[in-house]
Amino acid sequence: MIEVSHLRKTFGDFVAVDDVSFSVADGECVGFLGPNGAGKTTTMRVIAGIFPPTQGTVRVGGFDVRREPLSARRVLGYFPENAPFYPEMSVEGYLGFVARAKRIPSGDRPRRVEEAIAACALEEMRHRLVGKLSKGYRQRVGLAQALLGDPRVLVLDEPTSGLDPGQVTGIRELVKSLRGKRTIVFSSHILSEVSQVAQRVVIVNRGKLVAEDSPEGLSRRLAGALPLWLRADTAPEELAVAVGAVRGVQRAEVAEDRVRLVVDDESVVPEVSRAVTSRGWVILELSRETLSLEDIFLRLVGSGSGSVNR
Amino acid sequence: MTAVIRKELVSYFSSLLAYVVIALFLALSGFYFHSNLSFFLISGGLDLTRGLWQYQLLDMRQCMLTLLPLLTMRLFAEERRLGTLELMWTYPLRDLEIVLGKYFAALLVLLLMLGGTLVYPLLLGPAEASMPMGALLAGYLGLFLLGAAFLSCGILISALTDSQVLAAAVTYTVLVLFWALTWNQAAVGAPALWILNQISLFDRLYTFFRGGIDTRDVTFLLLFIAVFLAWTVQALGSRRWRGVK
Repeated sequence: MIEVSHLRKTFGDFVAVDDVSFSVADGECVGFLGPNGAGKTTTMRVIAGIFPPTQGTVRVGGFDVRREPLSARRVLGYFPENAPFYPEMSVEGYLGFVARAKRIPSGDRPRRVEEAIAACALEEMRHRLVGKLSKGYRQRVGLAQALLGDPRVLVLDEPTSGLDPGQVTGIRELVKSLRGKRTIVFSSHILSEVSQVAQRVVIVNRGKLVAEDSPEGLSRRLAGALPLWLRADTAPEELAVAVGAVRGVQRAEVAEDRVRLVVDDESVVPEVSRAVTSRGWVILELSRETLSLEDIFLRLVGSGSGSVNR
Repeated sequence: MTAVIRKELVSYFSSLLAYVVIALFLALSGFYFHSNLSFFLISGGLDLTRGLWQYQLLDMRQCMLTLLPLLTMRLFAEERRLGTLELMWTYPLRDLEIVLGKYFAALLVLLLMLGGTLVYPLLLGPAEASMPMGALLAGYLGLFLLGAAFLSCGILISALTDSQVLAAAVTYTVLVLFWALTWNQAAVGAPALWILNQISLFDRLYTFFRGGIDTRDVTFLLLFIAVFLAWTVQALGSRRWRGVK
């Protein structure tokens, strides 16, 4: 449904996206992950038809975004980061404009607008001016305009950024409910969010594609050697000595009141646990270290072979 | 395109901009009409076209010059600043449709503005049986075409900047330049003056205002509008290619 092939986009001398290729099958939900400035937004804007690729091709619904831009845009709904809006229009009036701009036949328009309002729970806000809405509601209006007309392809650029936790869950559930019915690409810089919603994750960094995998495959590859944190009701020095002897634990180092374990993989957890409890101590904390996005890139890029898995 | 026209009209009338511009225009041209009518009654002679309407139309031209850049300044500059232009680019709309939609919305406001001044001939109508209807029609056609040309110039400049203030200021400058083009007749040679006369927007209006319609003038004004609108489409396209917001 979406095919990005050797996409390169430059702004003057600045290379925003360099030789990125991936495809999204019909009905698939793909998470687009990367730190700020990685080229996520640029890639999504090219897919949405805002500007053409410098090199390479992008097809949406089988239509080349450069050669058949209007046909490509007809099957697409786009949610831009920081949902821009016309402050002086009402929610309903704005969505009416979008329905006309998307060339929804006049007989269908009221029904389609109602669907979008209902999908984004905007019923109570329909007569309010968009400029007077809170950030969360504005974000929903942005989502409503993307969903309007039921496009087959949805491109959502950081749909949850800047929202409070309740609103984030709401938007996530909405995206989840569309899985299977729509082809979705959504971007985020939060790994856990992408893992929850997407069936496949595409990771970009500095304009290049770093990895492409299922969330499970990705976490397997990343979690394998993730350090564990251990705390028990004993001196950390003692604890480090005890668990350092466990097979599969490469290193046990004391960090304040906890012990950081560098391990081969997850399978050492039962043994570590036994080593603690057999000495009569009680485990107060046993957790896996969380990786920042930067760590993930270092790992994916650093692991060299097979880091790019197509 | 109707989607864009409707949206722009909603923006014009919900932000009060259109009401304010129309009200200012009618207030100013009403004041001029009072002055011109008084002057005509004292010393204008018998010819309504040359003695009254010509002056009234010339004064309304000045009002348009003052107020029309306010109508076009926000058309693209505001959308660029808000980032909504990008969103519009993801809908199945051609750049030409976006430009024409905005332009026609501004033209409709101009029509409303000029329509309000029809009350002057109506006021005089019952008293003056010799109302030069044809001449008046020609005058209004000229005024409308000139306004349409101002708007086409304004919309181009609005597409070149994010700042409404800058858009209005540059539009004023360009329009005043077009006005002043032929003032310095003594300082330029005959061939140069001929060229300046050809491209002058304002000098073409005298024929209209005296009740004549010259197809050359109509063609020039339509061509002027077409060139500026095409230029606007081109400016949008090039922004897109360069990928600038």
